[in-house]
Amino acid sequence: MSYKAKFKVWRGEGGEGKLEDFTVEVNEGEVVLDIIHRLQATQAPDLAVRWNCKAGKCGSCSMEINGKPRLGCMTRMSTFAEDETITVTPMRTFPVIKDLVTDVSFNYQKAREIPSFTPPQGVRPGEYRMQQVDVERSQEFRKCIECFMCNNICHVIRDHEENKPAFAGPRFLMRIAELDMHPYDVADRQESAQEEHGLGYCNITKCCTEVCPEHIKITDNALIPMKERVVDRKYDPLVWLGNKIFRRPK
Amino acid sequence: MSQTTSDAPVRRQRAQIKVRTLRTDRWWLAPLLTFLGLSAFLVYGVWAIFDTPYYVPGAEYIAPFSSPCLATSCPEGARLFGLAPFGDWYTLPPGLLILGLPGGFRLTCYYYRKSYYRSFWLSPPACAVQEPHGKYTGETRLPLIMQNIHRYFFYAAIVIGAILSYDAILALVHKPLGLGSWILLLNAVLIVAYTLSCHSCRHITAGRLNHFSRHPVRYRAWTFVSKLNAKHQPLAWASMFSVMGADFYVRLVAKGIIAFPYA
Ligand code: SF4
Ligand code: SF4
Ligand code: FES
Ligand code: FES
Repeated sequence: MSYKAKFKVWRGEGGEGKLEDFTVEVNEGEVVLDIIHRLQATQAPDLAVRWNCKAGKCGSCSMEINGKPRLGCMTRMSTFAEDETITVTPMRTFPVIKDLVTDVSFNYQKAREIPSFTPPQGVRPGEYRMQQVDVERSQEFRKCIECFMCNNICHVIRDHEENKPAFAGPRFLMRIAELDMHPYDVADRQESAQEEHGLGYCNITKCCTEVCPEHIKITDNALIPMKERVVDRKYDPLVWLGNKIFRRPK
Repeated sequence: MSQTTSDAPVRRQRAQIKVRTLRTDRWWLAPLLTFLGLSAFLVYGVWAIFDTPYYVPGAEYIAPFSSPCLATSCPEGARLFGLAPFGDWYTLPPGLLILGLPGGFRLTCYYYRKSYYRSFWLSPPACAVQEPHGKYTGETRLPLIMQNIHRYFFYAAIVIGAILSYDAILALVHKPLGLGSWILLLNAVLIVAYTLSCHSCRHITAGRLNHFSRHPVRYRAWTFVSKLNAKHQPLAWASMFSVMGADFYVRLVAKGIIAFPYA
């Protein structure tokens, strides 16, 4: 059950490089990452690829396969026709270090720009009282494996390098939503989501959701709810008035 | 290959791939179909607004695009609760008076935004396909920042949904065996389901709260709306086609083109 597949793999250091052709053996049950490893073992010993768990859990092996961001270790060869040429490139939005390995420090930078969980004054660890329903929503977001494919595919920065300073990307806008929905977080998240982290750049076209290997509904459950919270804070005069008059607890 | 240090300019570059996309599937099909679907709706809507008649006396069918009918030019039975608040100075088609509300609701809907940003504005046409625009600011400034008023259209849409339901019940009362009555009812159900599945509705029920456990009733409403909300896209299409279908059907009956006893 093995056959020879045609591959085009991006080779190069930094931005410069080109697609190189390979013909390589494929066996039943293999995934794209296996084939990349076979190339390393047989034809291209210096081919660089980042991977770790081979189980879709570490988020290291993000690459683009036939133009779509995918985890190399979770993309089965059986989803391609045997005569299909499979093109493998590094993630487009981040600078390339070598071959398929990109420098994803943009994401670490953005993560650091978000103030961490801020509990109210005077509540000590052990005094938090929450029900399961209060935290359920944000538990979905914690399934994230930080593969950064959502930030990679988001056209706001993928097609517009110049937007990078102003935009945190879906991964970290989701982090802001997670904190804003937390029953015990008191930091301002709404004003800053819009003004500092670029929530307004998102036009809810849902590519982040389409690409997430953990099937997190990033747009529906994090970004749009966060946009609605920003409307409460910044654009809805009635809510503003209501909050002034009643000061309801949330 | 030469070694590069981490701060060499080349290390700060993305892969210089010169094509807009390397996707090999038919990524253009979905935006094309969306473009055609939305265009058909626009063209039909413009035609329907200027088309008369839109009311079937006796059966009490009124075409959804012309309801509520608020002007003196409306046939007496077509007026909402017999009222004509806009008086006789208003001579344009009565459908124009209310068009802005359901129109604005759909125009600022999070799902429709996605669909027309992709299919009309190509921003992006499909995922991982480069958009043709040199600059992009999203919804951060005028005019697109106005999308944030969506919830006000939602309030209006609740009223419109109630009126269409009322129209359907009125038709059922007057002609329970009329196909039109049941078409109007199906349309009203889909319109109401689409309206309730709105993201703003989800936010208003309890999405804006952080302590669900302190608001059990609102939390249950949120749970219900969330289930509908997951179907927002199919409901948007279903209700769009049902409103066109129901509208067209009533007009055909009103013109006598469809005329069997149970029409
Ligand atoms: S939904 Fe928003 S954040 Fe997600 S990919 Fe699209 S524009 Fe980017
Ligand atoms: S949200 Fe999904 S796509 Fe984004 S980094 Fe996490 S796992 Fe990857
Ligand atoms: S190697 Fe860990 S996710 Fe693929
Ligand atoms: S109607 Fe679609 S989000 Fe409100």
